[in-house]
Amino acid sequence: MSWIAECLSRVTRPMRLRLRRTVTTLSLTTLSLTVLSPSVLAVEYNMPVGVTAVSREIHSLHMIIFWICVVIGIVVFGVMGYAMIKHRKSRGAVSASFHENTRIEILWTAIPLLILVVMAVPATATLKDMYDASESALDVKITGHQWRWQYEYLGEDVAFTSSLATPREQINNTAAKGEHYLLEVDNPLVLPINRKVRFLTTSADVIHSWWVPDFGVKKDAIPGFINEAWTRIETPGTYRGQCTELCGKDHGFMPVVVEALPEAEFDEWLIARKAEAEVALNDAGRDWSLEELMEKGEKTYATICASCHQPDGQGMPPAFPSLVGSAIVTQDMQAHIDIVINGKAGTPMAAFADVLSPVELAAVITYERNAWGNDTGELVQPAVIKEQLSQ
Amino acid sequence: MPSRDHAAQQQAVARTVRRTLLALVAMLGFAFALVPLYDVFCNLTGLNGKAASQARAAVAMEIDESRWVSVRFITQQGQGLPWTLEALDEQFRIHPGGQYSARFVFTNHADYPVRGRAVPSVSPAEGSLHLRKIMCFCFQEQTLAAGERRELPLVFQVDPDLPEGIRDLTLAYTLYPVTTPSSAGDDGAEHSAGGET
Amino acid sequence: MASEQPRKAVLQASESEGATAGGAHVGEGHGSAPRGMLRWLLTTNHKDIGTLYLIFSLSMLFIGGIMALVIRTELFQPGLQMVQPEFFNQMTTMHGLIMVFGAIMPAFTGLANWMIPLQIGAPDMALPRLNNFSFWLLPVAFLLLLSTLLMEGGGPNFGWTFYAPLSTTYAPPSTSFFIFSLHIAGISSILGAINIIATILNLRAPGMRLMDMPLFVWTWLITAFLLIAVMPVLAGAITMMLFDINLGTSYFNAAGGGDPVLFQHLFWFFGHPEVYIMILPAFGIVSAIVPTFSRKRLFGYASMVYATGSIAIMSFLVWAHHMFAVGLPLVAELFFMYTTMLIAVPTGVKVFNWIATMFRGSISFEPPMLFAIAFIVQFTIGGFSGLMLAIAPADFQYHDTYFVVAHFHYVLVPGALFAILAGAYYWLPKWTGFYPHEGLSKWHFWLSVIGVNLTFFPMHFSGLAGMPRRIPDYALQFADFNMLSSIGAFLFGISQLLFLVVIVKCARGGVRAPACAWEGAVDLEWSVPSPAPLHTFEIPPQTRDGQIIR
Repeated sequence: MSWIAECLSRVTRPMRLRLRRTVTTLSLTTLSLTVLSPSVLAVEYNMPVGVTAVSREIHSLHMIIFWICVVIGIVVFGVMGYAMIKHRKSRGAVSASFHENTRIEILWTAIPLLILVVMAVPATATLKDMYDASESALDVKITGHQWRWQYEYLGEDVAFTSSLATPREQINNTAAKGEHYLLEVDNPLVLPINRKVRFLTTSADVIHSWWVPDFGVKKDAIPGFINEAWTRIETPGTYRGQCTELCGKDHGFMPVVVEALPEAEFDEWLIARKAEAEVALNDAGRDWSLEELMEKGEKTYATICASCHQPDGQGMPPAFPSLVGSAIVTQDMQAHIDIVINGKAGTPMAAFADVLSPVELAAVITYERNAWGNDTGELVQPAVIKEQLSQ
Repeated sequence: MPSRDHAAQQQAVARTVRRTLLALVAMLGFAFALVPLYDVFCNLTGLNGKAASQARAAVAMEIDESRWVSVRFITQQGQGLPWTLEALDEQFRIHPGGQYSARFVFTNHADYPVRGRAVPSVSPAEGSLHLRKIMCFCFQEQTLAAGERRELPLVFQVDPDLPEGIRDLTLAYTLYPVTTPSSAGDDGAEHSAGGET
Repeated sequence: MASEQPRKAVLQASESEGATAGGAHVGEGHGSAPRGMLRWLLTTNHKDIGTLYLIFSLSMLFIGGIMALVIRTELFQPGLQMVQPEFFNQMTTMHGLIMVFGAIMPAFTGLANWMIPLQIGAPDMALPRLNNFSFWLLPVAFLLLLSTLLMEGGGPNFGWTFYAPLSTTYAPPSTSFFIFSLHIAGISSILGAINIIATILNLRAPGMRLMDMPLFVWTWLITAFLLIAVMPVLAGAITMMLFDINLGTSYFNAAGGGDPVLFQHLFWFFGHPEVYIMILPAFGIVSAIVPTFSRKRLFGYASMVYATGSIAIMSFLVWAHHMFAVGLPLVAELFFMYTTMLIAVPTGVKVFNWIATMFRGSISFEPPMLFAIAFIVQFTIGGFSGLMLAIAPADFQYHDTYFVVAHFHYVLVPGALFAILAGAYYWLPKWTGFYPHEGLSKWHFWLSVIGVNLTFFPMHFSGLAGMPRRIPDYALQFADFNMLSSIGAFLFGISQLLFLVVIVKCARGGVRAPACAWEGAVDLEWSVPSPAPLHTFEIPPQTRDGQIIR
């Protein structure tokens, strides 16, 4: 059988030579295109440069270590490739007998060590910078929930939740996906540019992680603990990130969206937001009709409750109970209010008083008591909720 | 032709096995020892920002008037607990060395008594070493009667040897329900992580 | 030339070829060997047990692989098409657990069982009955683990790293069984490690000093010590989880004064040495294959040993590089960045030594060598992404994204798994007496290389573009990379069926292999017949410098 192999080898030799030359040329061309063409190494393939000094420093560190690896790779694989070609038995190569060389071993231990030490210097400087969250102009408390973020502007009395706004139909493939599929929210975090913002992260349940690639900021949100991070955004715009710590079933559905505004616009936004909060508070004082509560309740339910209890209220027992005809929802009103307001320890049922306004709470409870054939005809006024919360 | 002394080999094997078993048991003990060791390490270094959960006596210290430190209080709702915790004094600008008192209000919104605890956390973590709590509600559980509203103080000092780079301290309290009896009593003793709730 | 005689070489206890290097067949310790099912249940023979481990690990590879294909099918396009997020999380979790604890680790243990006694001239492992027990714990453990998928609330869904409190307070009811199955698998590993240490330290042929041993034996000796050191830490951590879940303790629960981050420290103190446990034996295999097919002694044997040792020691000092975003103090973050960067040095030394072995050798490219070369290239690529991850400030952008997924799959799949495949191709002639079919092997190789790179290389880019880990659905800018990965995954998965064909064919016949199946192979296993008789080295050979002397 070996004569066939030998014959094949001889016959294909010129073809293989040509193939090798073509492959070499192709690889070199691709490599140079990759190196020289900015668009190939640009946005979609590479880490974003971002809009903060920290994100730029990180990007530089990333590119430096990347090119160090590329150079080492070319040298190492080059030598190996050379050996594979020149020192093949089929080429008649006879093996040498050397099997140690202390000097070269010391060299190829010392040189990588040196490269690493050199690399560690700028990395240390950037890390020190990233850890200095002192003297911020604005502090924002970020609380991770299953499965949304909650933002509170400390000292400003403005707080709201930020939930995924992509419609379920897009996720279930019955509607075309929008441009910012899975990266859009109802209430983005609004921040000023050119001011140092400190983030204080924690969680209401399991570990989450808050990440905005364009800022170079990522910090775990740990229940019972407070972490800090900071940023100074340089360019206005909308920046999107995601939760980066597995936190349960909708880990992939709790994006981070930050709207960075010029300072004056931000100040205006904050004032307007405070005014809205005032209005909402007053709104809680008046009497709402069943229709109004049902309309608001349906929207709130879809954004906040449907991911667990499902749009049809059936839930996913045992983890997420069904609300259709259940005792809590059709009978014990106080128990219903209590569990929505205070949550249930050790389960994903969060304390929604932390997350929703009295109006939203009243509306969603009313909705649940009347939807899907529950039809209790009962409603609960925001004032009642407000009363209970301030008791 | 060499023949192995079978008995000697058996003995050698047995000795190796004994030693590895010993190492195994030691590593298992080490794993469990890591729990209190972690607490000790964190208390020494402030590693996880929890050092400030013990009562420390007030110390007459020289007040460093050349330096301001901003201290902020944050509260976090606990799941399944019908309470709210509000910091009446949200932010202080203080001099290290001075003694200050911050007011907190616990409110039980339920119509039955409830037991809960406020779990503290400090950021930056290193700062927790220099935060002396003289009187803190976080040292013990609180039981609030139905509808009760209780104002509790936090009396604290920040050591003058707080590192220069730390100019802001954040102290967060997370509320949690207490469901089983605790043996960590009113002496404010450190509640260990294993075996107690 | 090749006469294909059907011969179930492995499955027959061939007692007739008792004449081994160094002496005549010693009397049987047992009566007539049992046949059929009972043989496999009760065997204390290292070759049989090695085969059992290997068959078990191959089955688990396919099961874990099917889970990977479920994942990649869902991720083929944006949107939820096939599975719901809850089940997706179970798939990612089980895929990881099965591959780590059910495929890679048992495969290396199987190779250890088969080859260590042969390579040191020992008749069997030091504790043969313990060996049997160690193996049979595994099917029990994994039956239990797989059964959790059918329990109420589903199986573990918190990632193979099972961070608390997602894995304690918020976990499904099956979690206690998951912990139990992990305990059983852990005990199996520990008992295996004890056996390996006892064997290597005490049963070496006379004249074989530690520095004469083949590198595969060295790397397994060091791996076994790592196992003894860290499996108990895992056992401790999961026991604490069990207590938190069932007894109301608060090791990891902030409400009771505990700390979720403590779990991460405990887990990764085990977890990082664990990944070295999964790669050191691979280094050993490659260190056997490259010299053989380069027809040249391994370059720098001593430094290879020292490098392996220093990697093992340093592996205890790097664990928190998995926790750079957790909120560690600056001093800790810097320390772990430095140690992690440092551990690249001895690893690099090993790569250089392999290449220096090839350099000015006389190289041929049989399937074992193809896989070994592919290992060197692709493991190095995985090492490069690891070095990038070590740079802590940059890691804030990589952590928990597909960049990490790319890194560890490169070191584990075209890394560890390719080394296992290389070892299988290398030693199959010794196990079966036949060479694996060369044509099919080469097809397996090339399809695997293309498949594995098509699957995992794009993941570097989806990670850099911002795609987090462990998500069942993703934003549109990640779509192209994911589609490529999914296609690659199917190509790679299906190609492994070729491997199955090669093994089955090889067990039944093919080109006969002599005792020394590969020109250039020098270790002790090549001095016994192919296939190796059930009992070898009953009388230990006299050796010097690792070679048998008459």
